[in-house]
Amino acid sequence: MNSDVVLQLALQGFLMGGVYGLIALGLSLIFGVMKVINFAHGEMMVFAMFLSITLLLWGGLDPYLSLVIVAAVMFGVGYGIQRVFVNRILELPEAMQVLVLVGLGIIFENGTLMIWGGSDFSPKTSLALSSFRWGPVTVDVPRLIAFILAIVITLMVLLFLKKTNIGKSIRAAADNRYGALIIGAHINRIYGICFGIGAACVGAAGALLVPLMPAKATMGAPYTMVSFVIVILGGMGSLIGALIGGLIIGVAESLSTVFLPSSMKQVVSFTIMIVILLFKPQGLFGGKG
Amino acid sequence: MKRLYLFLGVIFLVLLALPGVLNNYWMEIFILIFFYAYLGQCWNILTGYTGNISLGHALYVGIGGYTATRLAMVFGLSPWVGMLVGGLFATGVGLVIGFLGFRFGLRGVYFVLITISFAEIGRLIALHLESLGSFMGLFIDFNPGFLNMQFRGNLPYYYISLGLLVFSLIVVRTLELSKTGRYLVAIREDEEAAESLGVNTFKYKMVAIGLSAFMTALGGAFDANRIFHLSPDRVMSMALSIEIILRPIIGGMGTVLGPVVGSFLITLPAEWTRAYLSEVGRPGLHMVIYGFVLIFAVFFFPRGIMPLLNRKLGRFFIKE
Repeated sequence: MNSDVVLQLALQGFLMGGVYGLIALGLSLIFGVMKVINFAHGEMMVFAMFLSITLLLWGGLDPYLSLVIVAAVMFGVGYGIQRVFVNRILELPEAMQVLVLVGLGIIFENGTLMIWGGSDFSPKTSLALSSFRWGPVTVDVPRLIAFILAIVITLMVLLFLKKTNIGKSIRAAADNRYGALIIGAHINRIYGICFGIGAACVGAAGALLVPLMPAKATMGAPYTMVSFVIVILGGMGSLIGALIGGLIIGVAESLSTVFLPSSMKQVVSFTIMIVILLFKPQGLFGGKG
Repeated sequence: MKRLYLFLGVIFLVLLALPGVLNNYWMEIFILIFFYAYLGQCWNILTGYTGNISLGHALYVGIGGYTATRLAMVFGLSPWVGMLVGGLFATGVGLVIGFLGFRFGLRGVYFVLITISFAEIGRLIALHLESLGSFMGLFIDFNPGFLNMQFRGNLPYYYISLGLLVFSLIVVRTLELSKTGRYLVAIREDEEAAESLGVNTFKYKMVAIGLSAFMTALGGAFDANRIFHLSPDRVMSMALSIEIILRPIIGGMGTVLGPVVGSFLITLPAEWTRAYLSEVGRPGLHMVIYGFVLIFAVFFFPRGIMPLLNRKLGRFFIKE
């Protein structure tokens, strides 16, 4: 195998991994604070992709600009979902929580299908096909921008959680729900905001993916799966773990296309997930299992 | 208890005689009711009785269907035998999943994720294997005859699916009354406590997943010879896995009659909305309704319909 091709694939995977990391960040944040796994994650991302495409087709707004609007809308959607649906199930057994979130996933996927139909959408964006050579490899410009923006957004979310008051109360609620209640934190609002941030992360990621691949209403499930894999790899609730896990999975999936058909690349990530679940279920950066 | 058995016996006799007055469409509906109640019951053995949620039961349906069909195509083996082979194969896969999940104490969400990943891996493999017809799937030639499990008209399928359902009810009821069944419920309610009382929780969970996988695969072989077509997106999809779990959840997990009650309640409305909406509505609308049904079922009946029925009718049927 030509080493340049391998290098090229590794780079592409690495850049994609930044976006994966952003998707998984939302999942990990939601899990870390509410101990709920968002089974609707990939479906929410596809919904956001279509929002961004609609803004592009109707308003001529480039996905890199509409990203802000899409993220804001998704924040609202996430906040609403938490208050209406998720907040009611926090005390239920895990089985029931899973079912409600799977139900939300079905609603998102088929809602998208209802609104936009089942065909592929690949609108032309300004930088879609531009690329430049860098040593032995070619770099896609949209991929590079997606990577950079994803990393910037990830760092902003981390800073927000570290520095601001709301961020601090979110971390407090994640640490100890009753403790946070006792000192007078508005726990329901915090949970809503937290789910909103998680949704905004996938929303932004969805907008970043618009120039990279055709969007299809039913393509969400694999992204839900890949974000699970990343979060398990990085450690449930660990935000840095989500970023690094995303990069690892991005490279692994991309390199697997050397010896597998590309539609089977998920087999590699599932295998990684099974191995991690077996030998280090707390993940690479997770504290406790 | 006697009254309940008597009541169920009467219903069974009515169902035996029913095809006399049913037209083809209604026969089809009843086959679906029995079939999904059967699959729900199989899932119930694992999830209802041990509390480990599987969201990948379509995998076993697919294994049963593909194994029986492939064996019939290549070796001319009767599906009646092939379905047992498929069942054993599914049991093997189920035991591997169970071993990985239970041996390392993966619970709750982690076990869900493992079942989903195996189902997805299975689907992707079926999608890429030439011998399984890859994405086009396998088309089964129509050679009617009892040995081929293929028939003209719906009547034989009606009785086979009813037979499967009754078989599953007997199995689960026997299980529930047995020591193993009691152990399984103990595991569901409090695994640590069960273990500290000396229950080999690993062993009994393995029994549950093996039995559940075996029986689900039998259903898969039946379905393949009724529809005459197998494709990864039909028999190994997440959508089927969700279809399987819906009925026992609405009826009541961990009860013998829950999946049956659930299936009688929602199969007909589900079919109607599907048929009606595919004509007038937009694609996906009926799945959106499904999603809401799932959510509201959990909100309003977190333990299913059965506890409600028990409260209302229990005194009449069960006199202690």
